[in-house]
Amino acid sequence: MTFDALTGVLLIPAAAAALLAALPGYRMTASINVIAALLTFAAAVSMFFVEPRSGQYLLIDDLNKVFIALTTLVGFTTAMFSASYIGHEIEIGRLTPRFVRFYHAMYQALMFAMNLALVANNIGLMWVAIEMATLTTVLMVGIYRTHEALEAAWKYFILGSVGIGLALFGTILVYMAAQPVVGEGLEAMVWTALIQRAGSFDPKLLDVAFIFLLLGYGTKVGLAPLHAWLPDAHAEGPTPISAVLSGLLLNVALYALLRFKMLLALDPGAIAPGPLMVTMGLISCLFAAFMLYPRRDIKRLFAYSSIEHMGIIVFAFGMGGPLANFAGLLHMTMHSLTKSAIFFAVGHIAQAKGTQKIAEMGGLTVTHPVLGWGLVLGVVAIAGLPPLGIFMSEFLVVTSTFARAPWLAVLLAVGILVGLGGLFLRLNGIAFGEPRGPAAPTRAYYAPMFAHLAIVLVAGVYLPSTLVTGFENIARLLG
Amino acid sequence: MHGFIFDVAHMLAGSLVLVSFMMLYQDRLYALLNIFALHALVLAASVAWQAYVQGAPHLFVTAGIALIFKAAIIPTALHRIIVRLGIHREIETVGGVGPTMLIGIGLVALSMVVMLRVTASVDPLAREDLAFALSVVLLGLLMMVTRRNAVSQVVGFMSLENGLVLAATGARGMPLVVEISVAFSVLIAFIVIGIFLFRIRERFDTVDVRALDRFRGERQ
Repeated sequence: MTFDALTGVLLIPAAAAALLAALPGYRMTASINVIAALLTFAAAVSMFFVEPRSGQYLLIDDLNKVFIALTTLVGFTTAMFSASYIGHEIEIGRLTPRFVRFYHAMYQALMFAMNLALVANNIGLMWVAIEMATLTTVLMVGIYRTHEALEAAWKYFILGSVGIGLALFGTILVYMAAQPVVGEGLEAMVWTALIQRAGSFDPKLLDVAFIFLLLGYGTKVGLAPLHAWLPDAHAEGPTPISAVLSGLLLNVALYALLRFKMLLALDPGAIAPGPLMVTMGLISCLFAAFMLYPRRDIKRLFAYSSIEHMGIIVFAFGMGGPLANFAGLLHMTMHSLTKSAIFFAVGHIAQAKGTQKIAEMGGLTVTHPVLGWGLVLGVVAIAGLPPLGIFMSEFLVVTSTFARAPWLAVLLAVGILVGLGGLFLRLNGIAFGEPRGPAAPTRAYYAPMFAHLAIVLVAGVYLPSTLVTGFENIARLLG
Repeated sequence: MHGFIFDVAHMLAGSLVLVSFMMLYQDRLYALLNIFALHALVLAASVAWQAYVQGAPHLFVTAGIALIFKAAIIPTALHRIIVRLGIHREIETVGGVGPTMLIGIGLVALSMVVMLRVTASVDPLAREDLAFALSVVLLGLLMMVTRRNAVSQVVGFMSLENGLVLAATGARGMPLVVEISVAFSVLIAFIVIGIFLFRIRERFDTVDVRALDRFRGERQ
């Protein structure tokens, strides 16, 4: 096999994981982690210039190129944030060097698993990769070994495994549907072969398969009512992992769903997958928006906000059509960047204040101005206020829906507004008002956070035309 | 000859559903583990039969994994964990045995109705297998929902997974079955090691998952 960008995005993290598992010392391993993530990102970017060849197992097309670029970019910035975050955790003795070694190896293993899920041209291989990504995150969520962390890891483990199990059943059913048409053996699981012949698959079998896939991968996307693992896993794990979970892993599961949606859309006899996705997305968005109000824990607050936004994204893709798909893609990108930036801020804030409880922090813009205003900017972005990127994508989702199903658009807008209220209510207590909690300056690394927010700000004002045409192509591809 | 092949496959898959029902009403952990070993044994026989019928020697590997790993190693390991944790007495179930069994019967009926209706075009052997497999999966889910004990939840999950392996082997010529069953074994090994290494009992004083709720950040 020749070495190209495709093998690069898989081999670099895999090799780095093996290397990091063997190397002691925190400083060196943290920089190796950052360098490996940077190299992976470089390989991903190079795909836009020299497209690697797809084979029977691995595939590169317009759709997954965007996902890979986003995954590796956020993976890289999170590695930078993680280096400063973990340094602090070692200083205060919350993590021992042995666990840090394990953590870094797992971080790269997660990167490998996510990239593998994205480039897999085989629905079985994709399933194995998503299972692997789940396992590595479970291990990292439980890394603090506290009551809460173990409980969160256990819950994530059990719910994630059930989801993964249902997704496998769906995958088997897709194979059963494909087998009479494509033929026995490997070919009937190869994505490119499936999509060519999807029109003549048994529609009833595909219907049932999609229900299982929606429930299975939907659990991993964090759709209500299957979201129960998500807030716990975000709140109790290390903050870099919260950023990667919200920013990336949810997207990877969503990617799997989108692939199967494309398959179903080609079969005229099968149910339309859109209404199912619209319903689940809308329920998630509304439910999570109301659940923002009673939050007492800062990381849980933003975890629920992730459920809300994944709901909006699934809603947009469920509506389908070039405009809604475009809006969904844009929203997914903006959400990944903004939410990880928020978690970067939240990680440093929790370290500075020594707690995650909202009641014990306050007046952050006075005690830690840079972090405080960074968080304010992040929340303004995620709540969907102009002129930031999320405003534009949410606006597109709502307006494109208005033309086709006004009532759904109204419901969605209600969800977004309720969510906005909840976020600002909580933000008010955290960022403004009387300063509470420790005010000692903290060593924080601001570059990743502000880099993400800058991209989101620029995207809200001006989208480069190459990006727009690229997204439009994918939106057409998604149907 | 075809009738005989079909009957044996049918009987083995049907027995798997039956053993799933037997697990539902076990209220002692030792007994539950023994029944689970039986479950894995029946699965191994069923997979081996499919391997023979389909002339697919690689499926014997999956059968071997089921036999050695799930019917022997895992139950023994869980047995020792139970002894070490001293929780062999009894396990509570949510709701009574009667209602649970009734729900189980309902789930089996549901999966028969759904699967037999949608798989009219598939060959009969795979079709029956798939319907039984879905029953086993749903019964496994039911068991996970009705148990509060971490060990019996894991047993429920493993029986669910047995149903998936049954479905995968029933789908003629499906690739990656061996790889997937290995991936699942790794997952299960992780869970079992997790129970042991995390020493849930030490941390929480009980493996009753209800008690874990107490520690959730927001409920203090």
